[in-house]
Amino acid sequence: MVTAVTRDAREQHVWEALAQIPDPEIPAISLVDLGVIGSVAFDADRLRVDVLPTFIGCPAVDVMRQQVGDRLRELGVARDVEVKVSYIPPWTSERITPAGRERLRLSGFAPPHSGPLSAAGAGLDELTMLSIAECPYCGSRNTTLENPFGPTLCRAIYHCAGCNQPFEQMKRV
Amino acid sequence: MTESPQLAPSPLDPASRDALAELLLSVADDEFVIGFWDSEWTGIAPMLEEDVATSSIAQDEIGHAKALYEMLAELIGNDADAIAYGRDADAFRHAALLNHARGDWAFSAARRYLYETADAVRLEALARSSDPSLAALAGKMRREETYHMLHADAWLRRLSEGDGEGRDRFSAALVSLWADAQEVFAPLAAEEELVRSGLLTEPMRAMHAAWQTQVRPILEPICGALPQHTPSLDGRTRRTDDFRWLHAEFTSVHRSEAGAQW
Repeated sequence: MVTAVTRDAREQHVWEALAQIPDPEIPAISLVDLGVIGSVAFDADRLRVDVLPTFIGCPAVDVMRQQVGDRLRELGVARDVEVKVSYIPPWTSERITPAGRERLRLSGFAPPHSGPLSAAGAGLDELTMLSIAECPYCGSRNTTLENPFGPTLCRAIYHCAGCNQPFEQMKRV
Repeated sequence: MTESPQLAPSPLDPASRDALAELLLSVADDEFVIGFWDSEWTGIAPMLEEDVATSSIAQDEIGHAKALYEMLAELIGNDADAIAYGRDADAFRHAALLNHARGDWAFSAARRYLYETADAVRLEALARSSDPSLAALAGKMRREETYHMLHADAWLRRLSEGDGEGRDRFSAALVSLWADAQEVFAPLAAEEELVRSGLLTEPMRAMHAAWQTQVRPILEPICGALPQHTPSLDGRTRRTDDFRWLHAEFTSVHRSEAGAQW
């Protein structure tokens, strides 16, 4: 979740613009709902935005940076716009907003498990014992993890015994 | 790979900077080379799930290498692509464990187990580095590596809990890789400086001891008593024909198309 901070009107304007940018791989969810916008900061008429990769090797990060930069330059709120990739704070699946989780579900992706993770990341027990995903199609929890590795770094593959369909889950990380 | 990740301006003195550069290069080269070896399984893994898994793990590792090369490039004023693809094979600093071709599936699974466990010990230390950017990146890497550990652990069980050819091949691979696996903890030239400055929270020999304490009770029931080895001074500079072949492969695009980007 994006931490609630006091935003001035200019920052608010930027956040609203960023909320209109779809994720390049799952366009139903915005970059803001995905939690990949780490911070928006003005220094006089310079704007600095941090983008937090979901996974370090995510090839969509360069597309995100480009889209954020282009959109904010169009907005004309700053003389300089700088978009940086950052790992401070690290993106975790807890950063996806409640609205984002619902949008993932509506587009056929089970959202990641919520709940706090240990500081080092998901331990083996946390991944294996808590890996029940709810089928985004029929709502059944009678599902099994087929493969913790999927078509992109951030997705795992499940099978639903309720509706007999495979589905993907956005990974807990 | 033209943009650098967000980093605080480095206040390091030249000695610390050079030491950090050596450390970053060693970790980056490890991740880069194992990522390329894993990618060799894409399309030919023993089953579809493993095709996806090894490809995904390879993409993670090469992504980690990219982030580390970018951090290094910013530190020393170079270009990340030039570091990754512009060096001769002899200038690589990965551990000798990663000098070998992928071998059969048991060999790759054994190497992955040895590497993942060693890397986990190292990342735990790097996440406490006095360099905030390195600590943050290592912390993020640990979260992703949890999935790799899960995978390596699953294959260790699968290949070792039965009898027969799988266990024999896995056991033989562990024995043949054991000496070179120690070299993940090969001493760095600037290690004293790294520890003094807190960039590295503990010396390599301490990490090496911690790793052995962790893995011997798991590996020795599978393959018998494993010898004691001290990581060697040339543990990150020895190169093999296997690696020279891989190097020629992964630099081929860079050599044929100057300026090609990731």
